[in-house]
Amino acid sequence: MRSAWFGIATGVALAAALAFLTLPVVAIFVDSPPADLISALGEEGALDALWLSLKTTAAALAIIVVVGTPAAYLLATRRFPARALVITLVELPLVLPPAVAGIALLAALGPSLTFTTGAVVVALTFVASPFYLRQAQAAFASVDRSWLEASRTLGASEARTFARVAIPTAVPGLMAGGALALGRALGEFGATLMFAGSLQGVTQTAPLAIYQRFSTDFDAALALSAVLVAVSAAILLTAKLFGGWDAADRR
Amino acid sequence: MRWLLIAALLVALAGCGDDDELVVSAASSLTEPLTTCSGDDVKLAFGGSDELAAQIRQGVKPDVYAAANMELPNELYEEGLLEEPLTFAFNELVIAVPDGSEITAVGALARPGVKLAIGAETVPVGSYTRAALSRLPPEQERKILGNVRSEEPDVKGVVGKLTQGAADAGFVYRTDLVDGLKAVALPQRLQPNVAYGAAAVKGAGDDARRYLASLNGGACAEALRAAGFGTP
Repeated sequence: MRSAWFGIATGVALAAALAFLTLPVVAIFVDSPPADLISALGEEGALDALWLSLKTTAAALAIIVVVGTPAAYLLATRRFPARALVITLVELPLVLPPAVAGIALLAALGPSLTFTTGAVVVALTFVASPFYLRQAQAAFASVDRSWLEASRTLGASEARTFARVAIPTAVPGLMAGGALALGRALGEFGATLMFAGSLQGVTQTAPLAIYQRFSTDFDAALALSAVLVAVSAAILLTAKLFGGWDAADRR
Repeated sequence: MRWLLIAALLVALAGCGDDDELVVSAASSLTEPLTTCSGDDVKLAFGGSDELAAQIRQGVKPDVYAAANMELPNELYEEGLLEEPLTFAFNELVIAVPDGSEITAVGALARPGVKLAIGAETVPVGSYTRAALSRLPPEQERKILGNVRSEEPDVKGVVGKLTQGAADAGFVYRTDLVDGLKAVALPQRLQPNVAYGAAAVKGAGDDARRYLASLNGGACAEALRAAGFGTP
């Protein structure tokens, strides 16, 4: 009897979560007929914004992966003083409101970078990298220590062990982290607006273009939103296909 | 589908609202005077006039809408969403520059390398800016627009980029100037007529009309004058 009650309660909770999380996304597509979608994309500026979003997100992700992978490996495999503090500090942007991130970037990097595409990449990298670092660190931490030791015993250098044993084993987790960081970067709004500004083709990413259209042309805003949903869903699906995302599910 | 969503949100939010409160959606350039003159029972929501208008079109129901132009309230009135709007304040479009700036006239904005921040075309301050620039010789207008580095979603964004030293100059209302910035007046022939319009939202109660009376000659009109606005 007790377990039946609990089963119903968890079922209701899942149904509520599912409805709440999917309804707004479904509404975007219900409210925007496919023909409108296509014509809205033909509008000057919409494609610019999408293209800029893809370019800046790709650049940010490249920086995050190149720097974040060895950094996460070190955090996962070594014990050093103040390690917990370092982990907390690199995770801090996760809980910062985007407006705070924007102010902080302005204060730290000054206005010289503002109004450039580079500033967009910096803002995206800042807000998205903790997502990758967290996942990558967890992925490296769950690599069997004895494999790494076997590799060293067989004469492989530390770098070779990292490249040939640790990374291939951790790939699912790294992919999952990359997908999370990519999703966060693609959706970045507040920090970009405050730190980089908003100008078509230079700093106006898709979320900023959506915000600008929201007031005057709700249909165009919906259409651009629908495209962003589709792109994000495609990224999520790719990450799952490559085996990364739900590694936790199969363990 | 939209109704389903709104219904779901209403259920979720039931109990959050307070019926006794008067909700005023106002242009962000009105932040200071309206905060001073409004009583505790008035809930003020500031934003870009266009954004607030879009919310009303999407079914959000404040009691009073106060915009930084007349076009938006007039449009909403014609769409049957507002009662008849009245003009309650005037403002002046100026070039804002940092205190030590050497820019003293609109012509200087056309120089190569000057970084400008202006309002996006969709917000009143942005459309006033473009209206003013369109009265310049086309060559000069083109050069000035070519120096625009950011199109901000509201006046506060323009002011922020100026106080941070990111932009060299921007177009704002005179009442938006803050410490560290000074105004360069526009020649009279460029000055647009910046009139603020307000109206009660259809279905609002008498307290909405009392608030409009205060805007139009009452305590709020005084606060507007104190903040540098013109009043009818």
